[in-house]
Amino acid sequence: MIEPKNNASRFTETAIGRKKQFTERIAKFVFLLMTLAMVVPLLLIVGFLLYKAWPALSIDFVFELPKNGMREGGIWPAFLGTLYLVLISLVIAAPIGVMAAIYLNEYAKENWFTRIINLAVINLAGVPSIVHALFGLGAFVLFAGLGRSVLAASLTLAVMTLPVIIASTKEALSAVPMSFRQASWNMGVSRWQTIRGIVMPNSVSGILTGIILQVSRAAGETAPIMFTGVVFYKAVDKGDLLAYGLLDQCMALAMHLYTISTQVPGVPDAVPFATAVILLGVVLLVNALSIVLRIYIRTHRKW
Amino acid sequence: MVAQTAKLNIEDLKVSYGDKQVIHGISFDIQPNEIFGVIGPSQSGKTSMLRVINRTIEFTANARVEGTVKMDGQNAYHVKDVYEYRRRIGMVAPLPVGLPLTIYDNVAFAPRSFGMKEKSELDELVTRCLEQAALWDEVKDRLNTLGTMLSGGQQQRLTIARALSHQPEVLCLDEFSIAIDPVTTMKIEDVLKELRNEMTIILVTNLVQQARRLADRTMFLLNGNLIEIGETEKMFSGNAEETMTNEFVSGAFG
Repeated sequence: MIEPKNNASRFTETAIGRKKQFTERIAKFVFLLMTLAMVVPLLLIVGFLLYKAWPALSIDFVFELPKNGMREGGIWPAFLGTLYLVLISLVIAAPIGVMAAIYLNEYAKENWFTRIINLAVINLAGVPSIVHALFGLGAFVLFAGLGRSVLAASLTLAVMTLPVIIASTKEALSAVPMSFRQASWNMGVSRWQTIRGIVMPNSVSGILTGIILQVSRAAGETAPIMFTGVVFYKAVDKGDLLAYGLLDQCMALAMHLYTISTQVPGVPDAVPFATAVILLGVVLLVNALSIVLRIYIRTHRKW
Repeated sequence: MVAQTAKLNIEDLKVSYGDKQVIHGISFDIQPNEIFGVIGPSQSGKTSMLRVINRTIEFTANARVEGTVKMDGQNAYHVKDVYEYRRRIGMVAPLPVGLPLTIYDNVAFAPRSFGMKEKSELDELVTRCLEQAALWDEVKDRLNTLGTMLSGGQQQRLTIARALSHQPEVLCLDEFSIAIDPVTTMKIEDVLKELRNEMTIILVTNLVQQARRLADRTMFLLNGNLIEIGETEKMFSGNAEETMTNEFVSGAFG
């Protein structure tokens, strides 16, 4: 029989207890290190960009046209082009993606048809952007006869982001506990009313987060838009918000950045960096907008 | 027993999920304003039976239902408006589910979905349901806080208030007391004794003694078969027709 330990002995340090405490400290330290490993490069990148871009950065830089073979002046046509492309592709992809995900997650029964669709969504999300570019060229530019245009490029970006929006929205919807839906159905509330009243309000943050990530991706992609509607240079009026029609060609920040860093000799160092800062700014701006939207929805929800 | 007056009439009910049959042809009547107890060990088909009665079993893709369910003599599976039908049945699940809405909205959600918009009308209904569920005194000052912030026992009473919010004719309780404390359980049992004047109650319970305390008649299910159905007094007195019933209620198995 084991001797019952007296109370005092329970408070003394044992070998196994020491080992436990040691591993605990190590684990905590390693995880903290990994967190820093993620944050530090991010800060370094942003800091480095700002430092290099500083001489060229000004309000005018955003609103001016490029001058002297893009070696001077601003980036307004490219800035505006990226805004157009991102917003139009978002307006196309977000509603379709969210509604498709609602169908797949809330209505569709498990059968071979939905299994194939789910498989297709996952696989499409992994298709390289250059392949989407070729598809866009074939489908929108040539077959649909849109030509190389803002619309064709936006549609290509929408097709590229759609599968990921569907996948992330589905993820957000399925995170809402099944018991909420059952409780609602039990009261004779219809599926759509349940989705609107219970499921959507509880998944809207996740859905928006998924969409935002795709906005950033759409803003940064070069290949799909290069094939379908973006040009090296296009003159527009300074600060003109409505410079591009849907069937016009346009400039875009990602493409512009590529051009001035590799194709044009003699560009001052600060200009590409300033362009990069603005591109980053556009992405952060859209992110900030959606965060505001998220807070607004959370505080004003009437459904 | 006169069949015409039965609130619910279930005839030769068979339920299977895929290849697995869980209810093997049971038939029974439930009379208006009675508390109908259902006892039996787990896997005996109690919950499936309730889901057939309020037709939420249709949300399970591979479920198959045979037999007839009639409410007030009308076949439940032939009604035109399934939402209207479900509304006539209140359902309380085993685990309390506070919807992530305010306490007020929890109760007002179903009435709103049926088009009740008048504020005063909603206020009155919410108050009455919370009172009936013995929760009003505890929450009347904080109706705009989240329902999910309530304690487990309070959430279960909120669930009952919600089930009452669509003014059902039949109230089904599925093992409502497994996740809550004895004091709340007794409170809810008192609530049920009041409610029986207004509606028919189906009480599925894992506590045999709870059925004994409350039910007028009790049905004993085992592995999807109806073993016995009878007056509660008789079922629990040790004089039940089937020896299995006597063994179950005395705790010999289950």
